Amino acid sequence: MERRAFYRNGTLPWLLIGPQLLLVLVFFYWPTSQALYWAFTLEQPWGGGNTWVGWDNFAAIFRDSEYWTVVGRSTFYATVTTLLSMAVALTLAVFADRALKGTKLFQSVYVWPYAIAAPAAGVAFRFIFAPESGLIGAINQMWPGIWNPAINGWQALGMVIVCHAWLGIGYNFIFFLAALQMIPRSLSEAGAMDGARPFRRMMDLQLPLIAPTVFFLLIMNLISSFTDSFGLIDTMTEGGPFGSTEVMVYKIYFDGFKGFDYSGAAAQSIVLMLLVIALTIIQFTWVEKRVHYH
Amino acid sequence: MTRNWLLGAASSLTVLALASVPATAQTKFDFWYGLSGDLSDRIQEMCKDFNASQADYEIVCTSQNDYDTNLQNTIAAFRANKQPTISQIFDAGTLDLMLSQAYLPIKDLMSQNGYDIDWSNYFSGIASYYSTSKGELLSMPFNSSTAMIYYNTDALAKVGFEGLPTTWTQVEDVARKMKAAGYECPVAFDAAGVWQWFEQFSAIHNQPIATLGNGFGGLDAEMAASKGLFVDQLTWIKKMYDEGLFINKSKETGETELDSFANGHCQVFSGSVAGHGSVTAKAIPELHWEVAMLPMMEGHERTNSLVGGASLWTLKGKTEEEYKGAAAFFNFLATPKQAEWWSTVTGYIPVTNTGFEAMKANGFYDAAPYKGREKAIESLTFTPPTENTRGIRLGNYASIRAEMVKTIQDVLFNNKPVKESLEAFDAKGNEILRRFQATYKDAQLP
Repeated sequence: MERRAFYRNGTLPWLLIGPQLLLVLVFFYWPTSQALYWAFTLEQPWGGGNTWVGWDNFAAIFRDSEYWTVVGRSTFYATVTTLLSMAVALTLAVFADRALKGTKLFQSVYVWPYAIAAPAAGVAFRFIFAPESGLIGAINQMWPGIWNPAINGWQALGMVIVCHAWLGIGYNFIFFLAALQMIPRSLSEAGAMDGARPFRRMMDLQLPLIAPTVFFLLIMNLISSFTDSFGLIDTMTEGGPFGSTEVMVYKIYFDGFKGFDYSGAAAQSIVLMLLVIALTIIQFTWVEKRVHYH
Repeated sequence: MTRNWLLGAASSLTVLALASVPATAQTKFDFWYGLSGDLSDRIQEMCKDFNASQADYEIVCTSQNDYDTNLQNTIAAFRANKQPTISQIFDAGTLDLMLSQAYLPIKDLMSQNGYDIDWSNYFSGIASYYSTSKGELLSMPFNSSTAMIYYNTDALAKVGFEGLPTTWTQVEDVARKMKAAGYECPVAFDAAGVWQWFEQFSAIHNQPIATLGNGFGGLDAEMAASKGLFVDQLTWIKKMYDEGLFINKSKETGETELDSFANGHCQVFSGSVAGHGSVTAKAIPELHWEVAMLPMMEGHERTNSLVGGASLWTLKGKTEEEYKGAAAFFNFLATPKQAEWWSTVTGYIPVTNTGFEAMKANGFYDAAPYKGREKAIESLTFTPPTENTRGIRLGNYASIRAEMVKTIQDVLFNNKPVKESLEAFDAKGNEILRRFQATYKDAQLP
């Protein structure tokens, strides 16, 4: 007795999804197929021809130890950014979820960073973190030379990670808050009556109950950390100093658009795409199935 | 009803099209360039003057912000067949253009359109950078500069140095005395300045950057940075940095080399002569300064320095009319009046002998604020170009430059050994060159 809505007219559904399909085709499948083709050829930047080289481009990047350093750095970047951003967002959401004075205000204020474009944030943070003239630079007055991302690779990477995490807090915050508000009040209240303090209630009650959201955000954040760091890095460090903030997506940009190695960059973007596809598959199969309320 | 409306619309479109014909009798053509800010305003002024000077052509000048972006956008436009007629391409992109098959050689363009240009009038050091190995000029030299060193003369006087240092040993000496005299930053240094610290150093010491005459001899050239004098020079720079005589100044630290000099924070910096105007404009009132040719290593003979900046390339695929316009524009740029104006309002040097002589005769270089700029010409024309000072003809050179920035930063900030780092740089550079060579497998260097 299943009731299903369906179209009698066979062409109408195609017409309806047509515009969307066209967009995806033009802006996703077509460029992707181009990149795939270039990844197996040596493409001359000005057009004018290319030669088929098979797997050579992939062999070249996999042989390059520097590429693996970049992959390792990207993984580190994505992991730390994700954990940092989610931890802060969760803490804020837990507080905003409690009926405190000004909760309504905080609920909207914490979302704002998400509305800031990455390059704009990058420029702002560059000034804040500039070792000589920035706000943080003030600590150099107390301990000269302690903060200098212009020459210290770890500090530079940390600086970009903090900015990326900060930008993501708003997005994570909304999801966490929504998830927390879905939990029946009676559960927390019962916990409180049994004498559980807020922290205990969060660990034992709320966190397990919002596990699906946590896993969803984990994957979304990881994907975004792998692919969206370009705007920040380009405005803040341009991959430097000595390449210490060069992550996969920035290397693709640099090799392709500054180095005009279109084929090498295309091969790298295929690798990155496969990585994101893998994360998405995990999201769909593993996460969606295994994480449930019990 | 609908039919009539359509007919009406069609006929009014036709009328509109016909009506607009007289307005397009003037040929429009595009010029894309990679300068911004004040320099972009100057180019707009120049375009306006060109349009006012004649009635047949209208040049539309569009800033693409910087050299890199302009090259990227030009390539993208070319692939989509929407390229401008003229594009300004920086020095490091020269070989990328040469092999592109996307340009018309400037010589052909000018002679086909009836302009008789005396090409030998162009400074040989400038022309050679943009010429084939056989000496045929391919693009129009435009904004040209070379690297210089800027000294705060008060600081020099305070440590008792007369005149201006001409060797790095003297620079080291005054820097140490400046430090002792309480100057916190004797010399500003930015590893991103590979152009002045590595390329120009190699040129004036007649050192190869790559084999086969820096690549003029063929696409199979190999990097040679770890084999020459630059090993000693980088070792020396490292020593100066560790001693606190060279101070890291860059966009990332919050103050660039030029700004730190103009603000009086640093007493010496090395950069393009094109920055001469900026230093003049930004200098704090009490700053006394002078510019000089790059210092030499003790005991070496000076050769000419390399031209920096960019040249104008005429791209294929446009109409005869547009090429006529482009040729008229190039001819306009070459007029002595225009050349002098351009050199006055920017810091760029004149590109022809007669242009330079005329400005010298006018007394342009005799007094502030332009005094000292003539030293750039002296540096560029110090000797006739040698095999190592003709220019740099290496594929994807922008990438190689970026590798050198990393290498210098690694040596300075991470204490990596100099010799090994430069060897690793050469290896990395060779990989880039081999990749470029494979991409242009069947191409011959013009």
